[in-house]
Amino acid sequence: MICVNRDELLKVITALDFFAIDLQLYLNTHPTDREAIQKYNTVVKRTNELREQFHKSFGMLTPNTTSDYPWQWIEDPWPWERNFNFELAGECNVDL
Amino acid sequence: MWIYDKKLEYPIKISRPDPKMASVIITQYGGPDGEMAASLRYLSQRFSMITPQAKATLLDIGTEELAHLEMVGAMVQQLTKNATIEEIEKGGFAPYYVDHGKGVYAASASGVPFTAAYFQSKGDPRTDLFENLAAEQKARSTYEYLLNLADDPDVIQPLKFLREREIVHFQRFGEALRYVQEYLENKKRFSYNKTRS
Ligand SMILES: [Fe+2]
Repeated sequence: MICVNRDELLKVITALDFFAIDLQLYLNTHPTDREAIQKYNTVVKRTNELREQFHKSFGMLTPNTTSDYPWQWIEDPWPWERNFNFELAGECNVDL
Repeated sequence: MWIYDKKLEYPIKISRPDPKMASVIITQYGGPDGEMAASLRYLSQRFSMITPQAKATLLDIGTEELAHLEMVGAMVQQLTKNATIEEIEKGGFAPYYVDHGKGVYAASASGVPFTAAYFQSKGDPRTDLFENLAAEQKARSTYEYLLNLADDPDVIQPLKFLREREIVHFQRFGEALRYVQEYLENKKRFSYNKTRS
């Protein structure tokens, strides 16, 4: 899977992060589900790789990551603004 | 502590201004069954919660509700940003507009400002988890009422996502409650045996 486009990459990261959030809630009450832990670990590893790719091309997604000059954290747009967000329809599908 | 992730949990990308929809969606921001009440309820209750499973559940669901609060605020902002004065008047958004302009303010659809009276932190693990089960159902009902009023797919999709999450949270709180019940029953049995011997 190659997602070079910013919106497509953000969409896949968002989908994987959501998968991780949902698995985390599940694991909190099913801490001995070995298969779910494996799935969780796979998702987190994948999303970290993609986050790194995003960071290199499009700047900071979260604090505690490096910044180019000038300070990149303040770059518009912000998540609550329409322009920040991607269309749900697109070419890249999530696969692990 | 928390670290911000510069993205939404689920995208909000609304093209058509709709102040009427904004005036009701705001209730999930600062209304009685809204995301602010949900988040503060769980994050407050966690301090006196017992069992690792239930503590983690409160923390993580309380955190996810913050992400939902942000989504709801983004919906209100995008629904009003490009609305004309005429649309604001026609959409019944004027009462909100004179108080808050196009700012996002924590109030219910009927204009009542947010209050901590919307939720409890009772210091009793069982009581708190029962409250949360009801809270998730009330939030689900609210999203269903909002969905009855919505006609724009850009609005319907995120509302459906948020409705789904309430169902998942309800499920997880039910499981957390079972851990707490089991723990308290074992403790009772144990102390009963101890007093007899
Ligand atoms: Fe919830």
